[in-house]
Amino acid sequence: MSKRLFIGVFDNEGSTLAAVRASRQHGFKVVDVYAPYAVHGVEEAMGLAPSRLPWFVFAVGLLGASLKVWFEFWTTAVDWPVNVGGKPFNSLPAFVPVTFEVMVLFAAVGAVLSFFVVCRLYPAKRAVLPVSGVTDNRFAVVLEQTDSTFEPAEVEKMFKDLHAVRVEEQITGETA
Amino acid sequence: MAEAAIALRPPLIDGDKTITEVTHDVCAPMEARPTALWWSALFVSSSLLLVGAIAIVYQISVGVGTWGLNRTVGWAFDITNFVFWIGIGHAGTLISAILFLFRQRWRTSVNRAAEAMTIFAVMCAGIFPVIHTGRPWFAYWMFPYPNTRGSLWVNFRSPLVWDFFAISTYLTVSAMFWFIGLLPDLATIRDRATAKWRRKLAGVLSLGWTGSYRAWQRYEVVYLMLAGLGTPLVISVHTIVSWDFATAVLPGWHATIFPPYFVASAIFSGMAMVLTLMIIARKLMHLEDYITIRHIERMSKLVITTSGIVGLAYATEFFTALYSGSSYEQFVFLNRALGPLFWGYWTMVGCNVFVPQLLWFRKVRTCVPAVFVISILVNVGMWFERFIIIVTSLSRDFIPANWFHYAPTRIEVATLVGTFGLFFTLFLLFCRFVPVIAVAEVKGVLKYGKPRMESAHE
Repeated sequence: MSKRLFIGVFDNEGSTLAAVRASRQHGFKVVDVYAPYAVHGVEEAMGLAPSRLPWFVFAVGLLGASLKVWFEFWTTAVDWPVNVGGKPFNSLPAFVPVTFEVMVLFAAVGAVLSFFVVCRLYPAKRAVLPVSGVTDNRFAVVLEQTDSTFEPAEVEKMFKDLHAVRVEEQITGETA
Repeated sequence: MAEAAIALRPPLIDGDKTITEVTHDVCAPMEARPTALWWSALFVSSSLLLVGAIAIVYQISVGVGTWGLNRTVGWAFDITNFVFWIGIGHAGTLISAILFLFRQRWRTSVNRAAEAMTIFAVMCAGIFPVIHTGRPWFAYWMFPYPNTRGSLWVNFRSPLVWDFFAISTYLTVSAMFWFIGLLPDLATIRDRATAKWRRKLAGVLSLGWTGSYRAWQRYEVVYLMLAGLGTPLVISVHTIVSWDFATAVLPGWHATIFPPYFVASAIFSGMAMVLTLMIIARKLMHLEDYITIRHIERMSKLVITTSGIVGLAYATEFFTALYSGSSYEQFVFLNRALGPLFWGYWTMVGCNVFVPQLLWFRKVRTCVPAVFVISILVNVGMWFERFIIIVTSLSRDFIPANWFHYAPTRIEVATLVGTFGLFFTLFLLFCRFVPVIAVAEVKGVLKYGKPRMESAHE
């Protein structure tokens, strides 16, 4: 299924943000916004759902901490208890520091790996930019034609009114 | 009033840059040929590295007996250097994580280099305990893995094992944090590179980053998560380092003040090292518009704050010793100030407490050479702090019959010199091959302190 995309190219964040808002007001489907830096407020304007990553990170951290407490208990009190200076085999307070470190390690590695998986980022992936310059000095708002009421001229006018550098039309064969 | 602009905060970046200029200013020096100054700096630092490498090969083949350690002083130069380097790293995490949580947007100009410094400093630190194990090829025994020795596990009650976990977690998390921050900039390099190898390499490393907002949104969340995890982590790391000492019964080590004292000292020494490096980097890479005099002033203020905390800790330690009624504790502190290593103690107090007081004066804070000299003196003072804590407590403990002196051997000094070589070599290579300034972050703060052209957010 081919897609007809309209891309408004901007050179500043203010116009980009305004274009995203205007597009949503007009009822156009904002496929994506490309920016060289994280522009404050775009996710609200695009209506993106808040990321669920913090919950995942919390769960992974908890998992790491629990595994570590169990492992320390098992190694020092069950598998081979060694008497160190007469301390109890199950020295829970002494397990706190390593448990904390392992929790942080699990949570941080979990956060980064899940970020890569969710955003489908992997080494040597070919980057497909909508227009060149979005990693340098250009912002792009990508709209998709969803039905017959979509009027290309109207889109072009809306973008131009918001000081778009240019407006491009792309027909893609692949589904994003 | 017509002068509404007066009410604005000073801009974070000088020179009225556009986002195109930011990309160019940071990336262009990397794409140009290295300067003669860079080559000569690399020559010096890699020569020092070579000295260190030779010393390390020698001491590993001959044994730790090449060090000046004896039965009384079992920790000295190596652990001093270990704590010194770990402490240096902490300012990088302070800037990247803690200042991020406090919304200190000025950090964007220095965080990339400060994080790189953290990683390099932790690498330098790791060398010392690994050699000190005596048989570094068995260093992996510190890791609790199922083994053929009955599965003999590590002793999880030991602060040295805590340290192993803390340092390795710290290195991993710092490296990931650095790489995540680097991702958008690697994409920028990939898309503007003309040299084929650079495009290829940046293409592999940038993981197909396009600047799509769906990725940006999650990127921001991950960055916040890592900052949130990095903040308690950095505090825990030096806390655990201090427990290496505080859980011992030795006078001068066995103190509850150690964790906060060590964390503050670490940030103090690290901040001084960040200043040293930033002053060099802004000159070397012509980044005066990005690392402005205001950045140097702000970092100087952090130096003087932490200097105050460290000074208070010195005084508290002394007071606690005198007030404790423990004659051993009292002796240790009098011995530090008046004993055979008195010169080291007073170097420490002078460099860490008195010299930074100069930074109260705006004239001094805005004078780059003065700040540079002060930052180096602080580094010297902080090295002596660790040396004094470790050596004075060990060399004169409870029984005078045990007392013994310690002096480093040439091999030990060469190893320290070598880690400085490693540190600066890595930093110089970093300046060449990685954007020293976080391009994507700086672009986000360009508007600061400028009158608003359009109402972007309302």
